[in-house]
Amino acid sequence: MTKIIKPRYAIDLKNVNKIFPHFSLTDINLQLEIGNIMGFIGPNGAGKSTTIRILMGLIQQDSGFVKVLNHQLPERQVTAKWDIGYASEDLRLYENATIAWHMDYINSIYPSWDKGYAKILLKRFDLLDNHPIKGLSHGQRVKAALLLILARHPKLLILDEPTTGLDPVARHEILNELMDVLLDCDRSIFYSSHNTQDIEQISDDITFIDKGRIIAAKDKESFIDSWRRIRLTLNNSVKLPQLPGTVEQRVYGHQAIVTTKQYNDNLAKKYKAMGITINEVKNMSLEEIFVSEVQASRLKNRNVKGELK
Amino acid sequence: MPLDPTIEFILSQTDGRPMYQQLMEHVKTKVTIGDWSQGYRLPSIREMAVAAKVSVITVKRTYQELELEGIIITQHGKGSFISEVDNLSIKLKMTEMDTHLVKATDIGKSIGMSMTKLQKRLIELQNKENSHDKERNND
Repeated sequence: MTKIIKPRYAIDLKNVNKIFPHFSLTDINLQLEIGNIMGFIGPNGAGKSTTIRILMGLIQQDSGFVKVLNHQLPERQVTAKWDIGYASEDLRLYENATIAWHMDYINSIYPSWDKGYAKILLKRFDLLDNHPIKGLSHGQRVKAALLLILARHPKLLILDEPTTGLDPVARHEILNELMDVLLDCDRSIFYSSHNTQDIEQISDDITFIDKGRIIAAKDKESFIDSWRRIRLTLNNSVKLPQLPGTVEQRVYGHQAIVTTKQYNDNLAKKYKAMGITINEVKNMSLEEIFVSEVQASRLKNRNVKGELK
Repeated sequence: MPLDPTIEFILSQTDGRPMYQQLMEHVKTKVTIGDWSQGYRLPSIREMAVAAKVSVITVKRTYQELELEGIIITQHGKGSFISEVDNLSIKLKMTEMDTHLVKATDIGKSIGMSMTKLQKRLIELQNKENSHDKERNND
């Protein structure tokens, strides 16, 4: 077999730090494999946008290594940006110009502009190209901005909360188009949101960020596979043990609810061997997992700080 | 991109089961109702991801699990196909029935019912169903 040496990652961050007076990003390590969709999830103010601004070369890291599409940043940000499609909440459209004007403008800059695909997208997004931006709703603006990006066929899409504040129909239309991008296995998407629902269905990888630190990062199937909420009945005089992977356990009389991040068949056997009855084992949604991860991480940090005092 | 029009999978976020299990169910249904027969070539992983609006990794997982259950076979470089197993759709229905029976038996055991009692119960239920059907036909 011949070996083709291809870069493995669309995004590669190692030990990235950035300190602001009231906020800092600490030791960010993050890898997005080419062809994958990564959901980057964090509460408001967690550091999502700061991370993205570093990825786009809009701000510079204080220390650490940043590579986007195999280009070192910030040094080679100009080259990297040719192949990146970036959409943020501030959409940077010209109020008085029409969608058609924007399309011509992007076409004049990017040789990769695909006129045919742009027309298809106009139809699918239900947009009219002769409308000036100022008359458009928020949803229409987001769709227009995405059209301008998607029709360039960028190798990497960096989307900063693109579906925030959209109605369900517009959100659905956009998620559909993002999936179409993935038919081409050389293209990747980095998608930030505080809404896990948007991300759960389409992401391959999930990264959780809170208070400027990455608190968990895995492929989605592993996340969904390892987390469970278990409802138990404790028979008389049995004390609930703290098994490895337990994130939270609550006991109410003879009943207990355990949240674990290391579920497997052995765990169930261990409980049974101790005379504990398992009533129900439930999968958790990404949202429940996210909330548990954030709470566990904050509790741990508080305890560490408490010990230092 | 022209996709097979019989691929229309709608997955639910409130189903409670992980997406890959839902997708497995959809594939099995295709087999039991006869839309996808022995040797049918499944969509590629990426095509399936786009059709079902789920991530590539979820479809990979789905195909792996289906292969473990012997429902599909994956040939490297060629794609995945519905297994050349005789009466696959009947076998799938039997497996589904067994799952329900095991669950029912567990509930029976938890309230101290013997196997004989369970069998009797099943016959009683069947008789009831039959007489309902007759009444409906007489109406």
